[in-house]
Amino acid sequence: MDNTLLIRTAYLIAAVLFIVGIKMLGKTPTARRGNTLSATAMLIAILATLLDTQILRFSEIFVTILVASAIGVYAARKVEMTSMPEMIALLNGFGGLASALVSTSEYWRMTQETGIGINTVIGISITLSILIGAVTFTGSMVAFSKLKGIMSGKAIVFSGQHYINLMLLIAAIVFSILLIINPSAQIWVISILTTALVLGVLAVIPIGGADMPVVIALLNSYTGIAAAATGFVLNNKALIITGAIVGTAGLILTQIMCKAMNRSLVNVVLGGFGQTTGSGDNGGEDIVVKEVGVEESAMLFDSVSSVIIVPGYGMAVAQAQHAVRELSELLEKRNISVKFAIHPVAGRMPGHMNVLLAEANIPYDKLIEMDHINDEFATTDIALIIGANDVVNPAAKTNSESPIFGMPVLNVENAQTVIVCKRSMNAGYAGIENELFGYPNCLMLFGDAKSSITAVINELKEM
Amino acid sequence: MTADTLLILLYILVLAGFIGFELISKVPPTLHTPLLSATNAIAGITIVGALLSSGSLGWPTSKILGLTALFLATLNVVSGYVVTDRMLQMFKKKK
Repeated sequence: MDNTLLIRTAYLIAAVLFIVGIKMLGKTPTARRGNTLSATAMLIAILATLLDTQILRFSEIFVTILVASAIGVYAARKVEMTSMPEMIALLNGFGGLASALVSTSEYWRMTQETGIGINTVIGISITLSILIGAVTFTGSMVAFSKLKGIMSGKAIVFSGQHYINLMLLIAAIVFSILLIINPSAQIWVISILTTALVLGVLAVIPIGGADMPVVIALLNSYTGIAAAATGFVLNNKALIITGAIVGTAGLILTQIMCKAMNRSLVNVVLGGFGQTTGSGDNGGEDIVVKEVGVEESAMLFDSVSSVIIVPGYGMAVAQAQHAVRELSELLEKRNISVKFAIHPVAGRMPGHMNVLLAEANIPYDKLIEMDHINDEFATTDIALIIGANDVVNPAAKTNSESPIFGMPVLNVENAQTVIVCKRSMNAGYAGIENELFGYPNCLMLFGDAKSSITAVINELKEM
Repeated sequence: MTADTLLILLYILVLAGFIGFELISKVPPTLHTPLLSATNAIAGITIVGALLSSGSLGWPTSKILGLTALFLATLNVVSGYVVTDRMLQMFKKKK
């Protein structure tokens, strides 16, 4: 008997489990079980596929899976939480390339090896899958290099950049049409693949480090779309369903990120943000800041009753999350209320701060999203900003000339006292001065976040 | 592929897209990173395609491409799930 019916039923069960799993992932108490459920669904899909009569030899498959799983588990256990954005970018790239290769492989089998040939629909699916998958791959690799620091996190812009990208995209589409017209000519498949790989690099290099949350979410969506396209090539419904879900999920996250920066997706994708708006034009020289020392900061903390901590990418860079947790525990022991205000785009990926603070054992119900905490600053004694800049810049509300004008920001300036823990006066990612630093209630605590916070803790302990 | 099959596949695509939209739009920001890495692992479903392309006899081009895809997709799936699990086990409520 043919196993087709069994395989299809298994795919259906897998699809249901994936959906229930993702649903459970949306609520913190059930999230972990949801992840396990979706992993089970994946296992069912894999086992079912192995029953397919198209698969004639298993030894290479098992060896490949075994080696890749061993590497995968090792890497996943070993990776630092601060490196999570890079890790996700890397894995995402692999997923995209895998889809592109599956479609290339199917193309080869159908046109070169078996002579089955391909019709227009399959042709379109193959080209879409290769195009999107390959762009995702090199795009993710560039994102990975930027996050890892192998490549400068700055936007790389040159004249005619968008024009070149557009030309490449048109070229890829022309190659796709040529392939569909003449499926047996391998040159077009290779041309599509190469063009897409180059396009992926060029599309992501103009996007700066702080826009990475958007890029990662968008590339995540692309892998889903590539997988769905591969599903059309193989007439495989499991791929189409899961690919479509991941595709829309990524798009929604992308949209949330864009909204949190008050920028359109087009604006982010075109890149170059913060590079053209030099720092000179906002009268940055006029800002006079008040410095505060470690001892004085500790004294300030000693006399208050409420603190809101605002973490940013700088906290991740300085690996200060454990020191921050220690500080918050110390303050709580003194009956000082401590909350964390999380801006949606703080860090380098969606939810980056939440993961870091969770790693440091800070309960997630202490982390409060922007909309829910913004009114509380007015009744708070100290707002402690650690390595955040643009997300607390009042210019977003007051200065219509500012490139970040209109971006929702945390109302830290309403707190009685604002302490900014920052390495130097360097402008933030957007390349603009932060007028907050010159406000009368703002104090600057210069230095590495981790050592500054640790020093404050030590002072506090002695009091 | 007949027009009928194509239509059925398109139906599935569109409906699944809507499910994705419904599932994700209510997720709290706290869970955005694990959600991203979990959906990333799920996108590794292309592993199913990679299995199908790498099962042929001998070593033709399609099989080698398939095995490479299988390697990458397995990394994506396995690492993705393990990393997500690691993150989620850290999310704790106040005791």
